[in-house]
Amino acid sequence: MFLSMLSEAWHAMGANRLRTFLTMLGMVIGVGAVVLMMAIGAGAQQSIKRSIDSMGTNLFVILSSSSSNSGSRSGSGNSSALSIDDASAIGDLDDIEMIAPISTGNAQIIYAGNNWNTSIIGTTSSYFSIRRWNTESGEIFTEADIRSVSRVAIVGKTVAENLFGENDPIGQIISVKKTPFTVIGLLESKGQSFDGRDQDDVVIVPITTAQRKLFGNQIPGSVRMIMAQAKSEKYMGIAEDTITDLIRQRHNIRENMENDFSVRNLTAIAKSASETTKTMAFLLGAIASISLLVGGIGIMNIMLVSVTERTREIGIRMAIGAREKDILLQFLLEACVISIVGCTIGVALGLGGAFLVKKTFGAEIVISMQSIILAFSVAASVGIFFGYYPASKAAKLQPIDALRYQ
Amino acid sequence: MAKPIIQIKELYKDYQNVAGIFPVLKNVSLTINHGDYVAIMGPSGSGKSTFMNILGCLDRPTKGSYILDSHDVSTLNNNELAKLRNKTIGFVFQGFNLLARSSLVDNVALPLVYAKDQKELRVKISKNILERMGLGQYFDSKPNQISGGQQQRTAIARALVNQPKIILADEPTGNLDSKTTHEIMKIFDELNQIGNTIILITHENDIADHAKRQIHFLDGKILEDHMTEKNKVTV
Ligand SMILES: Nc1ncnc2c1ncn2[C@@H]1O[C@H](COP(=O)(O)OP(=O)(O)O)[C@@H](O)[C@H]1O
Ligand SMILES: [Mg+2]
Repeated sequence: MFLSMLSEAWHAMGANRLRTFLTMLGMVIGVGAVVLMMAIGAGAQQSIKRSIDSMGTNLFVILSSSSSNSGSRSGSGNSSALSIDDASAIGDLDDIEMIAPISTGNAQIIYAGNNWNTSIIGTTSSYFSIRRWNTESGEIFTEADIRSVSRVAIVGKTVAENLFGENDPIGQIISVKKTPFTVIGLLESKGQSFDGRDQDDVVIVPITTAQRKLFGNQIPGSVRMIMAQAKSEKYMGIAEDTITDLIRQRHNIRENMENDFSVRNLTAIAKSASETTKTMAFLLGAIASISLLVGGIGIMNIMLVSVTERTREIGIRMAIGAREKDILLQFLLEACVISIVGCTIGVALGLGGAFLVKKTFGAEIVISMQSIILAFSVAASVGIFFGYYPASKAAKLQPIDALRYQ
Repeated sequence: MAKPIIQIKELYKDYQNVAGIFPVLKNVSLTINHGDYVAIMGPSGSGKSTFMNILGCLDRPTKGSYILDSHDVSTLNNNELAKLRNKTIGFVFQGFNLLARSSLVDNVALPLVYAKDQKELRVKISKNILERMGLGQYFDSKPNQISGGQQQRTAIARALVNQPKIILADEPTGNLDSKTTHEIMKIFDELNQIGNTIILITHENDIADHAKRQIHFLDGKILEDHMTEKNKVTV
């Protein structure tokens, strides 16, 4: 009995194709938009969150102005560069947990005829703790390696794939600027940074080795930047001031003179990047909600416009013996079938669209069950309500009034 | 002897709107027997359709009693009325009132759907009746693909499909030309001959002359109620 009613409902949908199509279109657009936009928004948030997590927490980067802004300042000699001593002085501050001096540069790396241009970081072992970066295999260098200026290197995933392919990188000898280095560690993958760089495209070596063997043009004992980690989030504000005061004092900068360095709060920058993404996700959600609303109004309009026609149909059916119950069941089923089919197509298209966005733009997407359920239930209930409610009103009329309905 | 199938006493119906109360049927009393063939006549607005809609349980009177096939209609609820419309009455409208998007078979089978007959049986019975109406080639056609006369024959087929005791027809030939009118009236005549009670509304004397009995309405009351004079019956 129920099955035959269901097939009747399916039949009725086919009987008025235009109405069915337009109703479903509203659902497809509304539901599809919500699923797609939410997937993109959540994906963006997820990817930025992953990048921020991969960066490490409560971080400052102290840069010398001459290296970050070369040329904007007349070279004021040695005093403008940050030094390893500046780094250890920062490390001695109460608010600071750990520091890592960093020298960076680019270099061509050669291994068995393979070439790869990548960025070289020269630093100390605390860099790995600050960035919470572990090796996937092998190990990191030690204080002893730094003191003895060892030619050891730790490679990122991207570098390893490009130089060694399937082979195990540990123990291989690579040549950087004609200097041979032994690979002692392979880092875990960190993916993209929040400003879009591939963090795995890197080779990390002891800072002493980097300065003496690779970036020979630098002033001895100077570093390009210092990474510092505050003890906890609540020290971030104070630490920025104490670091600034300390370096000004060490660089003998007088009261009315500008800093020859800058202190950047990476956590704050990350936070603002994540705020931006949140705003974007919110906007996408808002656009999707508007689509859902417009789709809902579309569904409602189509359903209400066909009420006249359908009221006469209800009159005819009652005139030949349909009970109120028969009418209600028929219209409820019809509304349910249209809504469920329409919304399912909407979900399918939304997911398909999200997949396409992932494929074509490489954007991360996150399918949230909530968004699917939300969109589905809003569109379906609008469809069911406006399919059912006018019919239930018509079914309460005397048959003759339904037949005469204008 | 003749048994009454419809007994109406003091039937009163009015319509109310902001401008006031408009009585349309003013205490009509009437008895119709099994096997009767009745033509209801009268000027436009005299209350014929209102009366027939009440007979067909499509509408309820304001006051008065109506006994249909020994059911006191005023005591029945909507579901019981639906059952009467389904089983006891076959209604034929001036404007056919077919479902535009359903095939002729589906249209004719609809009363059987509400009578809860099996699908195979429904289709078999409906096709059978459509054949009898000369519509054997049009089973799967839609109403807008056939002529007015064919549509009215489909509507008659639908009215007959549950083998009702009474057939009510409100100006069944009002939208048809004279040749088609003649064909339709022949169907009613045959139905009456095999025992169906038929009540139809018409404006035209030669259609009314098909009936055995003629009732004239004027201004919501029965003006005249007489048997058709035999010699006037057209062939
Ligand atoms: N639903 C209604 N509301 C108000 N007045 C109505 C309604 N239906 C019919 N009438 C009025 O009742 C009177 C009788 O109508 P009707 O029974 O259709 O007459 P007939 O069929 O004899 O032409 C008319 O004056 C008509 O305007
Ligand atoms: Mg009328």
